[in-house]
Amino acid sequence: MTRTPDLPRWVDVAVLPLVNLAAALLVAGGVMALVGFEPLQVMKLLAQGAFGSRIGWGYTLYYATTFVFTGLSVAVAYHAGLFNIGGEGQAMLGGLCAGLVALAASSVLPAWLMLPLMVVAAAAGGCAWAAVPGALQAWRGSHVVITTIMFNFVAAALLGWLLVGPLKEPGNMTPESAAFADSAHLPGLHEALGWIGVEWPKTPLNLSLGLAAAAAVGVWALLWKTRAGYAIRAVGFAPEAARYAGIAPKRTVLLAMAISGALAGLVGVNEIAGVHGRLIPDFVAGAGFVGIAVSLIGRNHPLGIVLASLLFGALYQGGAELAFELPGFSRDMVVLLQGLVVLFAGAMSRIGAPALARLFGRPARG
Amino acid sequence: MDELAIGSLVASTLRVSVPLILCALAGLLSERAGVIDLGLEGKMLATAFAAAATGAVTQSLPAALAVALAVGLALSMLQGYACVTHGGDQVVFGMAITMTAAGATVVLGLAWFQQGGQTPPLDDAVRLGPWFTALGEQVGRLPGIGPGLALALFGHTALVYGALALVAAIWWLLWRTRFGLRLRAVGENPAMVDAAGVGVALLRYQALSLNGLLSALAGCSLVLAQNPSFIPNMTAGRGYMALAAMIFGKWHPAGALAACLLFGFLDAVSIRLQGAELPLVGTVPVQAIQALPYLLTVVLLAGFIGRSRAPAALGRPYVKER
Repeated sequence: MTRTPDLPRWVDVAVLPLVNLAAALLVAGGVMALVGFEPLQVMKLLAQGAFGSRIGWGYTLYYATTFVFTGLSVAVAYHAGLFNIGGEGQAMLGGLCAGLVALAASSVLPAWLMLPLMVVAAAAGGCAWAAVPGALQAWRGSHVVITTIMFNFVAAALLGWLLVGPLKEPGNMTPESAAFADSAHLPGLHEALGWIGVEWPKTPLNLSLGLAAAAAVGVWALLWKTRAGYAIRAVGFAPEAARYAGIAPKRTVLLAMAISGALAGLVGVNEIAGVHGRLIPDFVAGAGFVGIAVSLIGRNHPLGIVLASLLFGALYQGGAELAFELPGFSRDMVVLLQGLVVLFAGAMSRIGAPALARLFGRPARG
Repeated sequence: MDELAIGSLVASTLRVSVPLILCALAGLLSERAGVIDLGLEGKMLATAFAAAATGAVTQSLPAALAVALAVGLALSMLQGYACVTHGGDQVVFGMAITMTAAGATVVLGLAWFQQGGQTPPLDDAVRLGPWFTALGEQVGRLPGIGPGLALALFGHTALVYGALALVAAIWWLLWRTRFGLRLRAVGENPAMVDAAGVGVALLRYQALSLNGLLSALAGCSLVLAQNPSFIPNMTAGRGYMALAAMIFGKWHPAGALAACLLFGFLDAVSIRLQGAELPLVGTVPVQAIQALPYLLTVVLLAGFIGRSRAPAALGRPYVKER
């Protein structure tokens, strides 16, 4: 990405994303008005649905948890100069591997062994699914964008086949696996808070929230505090220079994709171990693509990603509430908004920069 | 298999290939000019909705076609503004268009028609009718292969014949005209084209306008020829499959056509193969056949079955040196 006008850092980091977000909201508001909703009323109801009650908060944070994983996944790859569009497939494989482990062993292993095993399996599944495109990019020059898209479809076909075939629960008409035993159930936050005597309404929010927080801190530490993170950023910034500095670009590309895939795979922990308790089709539900929007708005920084995930979690939860409240309102409005965010914050992100540069006055250098 | 079964298999292969062929040609034009188009899926979805919605409201085929073409063109111009004029990220733009179209078509469809995001079914008058039926009847009376041949090749909509003709037309445009030479050059070495005094941006905009019109035709084929109404997410990955076909065809119209026909054939055959026993391999899961085009593309990109070389300047915005 080119950074033509020289903006003060705080404008570049904070104001520009907000301007882009505002542009996306403005266009979405226009569409709302076009189909007969009052945009301001919709926004108010949306915020109420997302943050107006503890149940609302629970769902918002639950969605946000998934988006933190996919957002971080996109960001790690991005820092290595790779655009990972395969979050969807990697998350599917993560859930699948976690589910396979649970189906195989949840009836015999205790929870304290089962749950870490599922986390590892989810990360490993996503990691493996991303490592193949990563390796192909590094050693065979096949463009990672195209291969990860293709792998999304292959993953969907694989999961679809397993759930109508080998993994289908006998006697059940719907394509889903048998339910896992209790030891594979990641406690919900209401249960966990119940142990320490805090009452909290039952929502899908579960202990994956902690995992997501740890992942965010871990990615920050990885990228800015370790040698491997430095290598990743160096390769993303200037591959040739990195090579002269003694960094192996190929191995770094593979490493970045593997970490990126592992993060996306953790979506499986939140959805499969935390909520569904069995393998179901389409549990990822587009979260891999939301991760792109989250990462773009969060400027590929873990803190920004956590905030952007919260925003998108709120949009998802608020959108679901609105679909109840306003007849004719569809959650697809959120998909539309998500697309507009990617448009304004990603593809057209620098279009507003010259105007901001004039506004905050620092003449372009050079 | 008798000749009638073969005939109908050929016919359905041609039918399902049409949106792929048109879309792959659209992608080919923009990528030959150096602009990645990951937005094919979204453009197809948006234009299919535009055609279906206009057709349902106006009951007019020309109006449906015109609005769809206008929407396709507008999306491509937006792409030009973001990615050619302002040098925005082409991959991100494609994702944005696809997401926005997926959301907007449902939201608008729900608001305008109140049928869960679908449009009302289009009347036959609005849809594309079969061509060459009389000729097909005559061919059908031929002894032997006649009936199968008639079934396979006659009585398709204009878009089937049109798509095949467009493959030849675009080959001619790209390899036999001065415009085509420049368009290909701008995808390989824009600086050289610029130095020769030809506008890089103008050429890319021209390629994108053709791209928009072709992807609109692909969208039209979904609602005016295949399905009677628009259904949410009805493209179901066809835009990406067309992209795969274009790469598989090595950025060449004839290659893309062959890949589209292969993918279309797999699609047509996957339904027939459901539960059928094949010699040597046993029952093949439908999902395996559906995943095959994507796997083949990855294998090709990895260079295991020949190299597929993308235009050299693909994905790179051109900034004039000062």
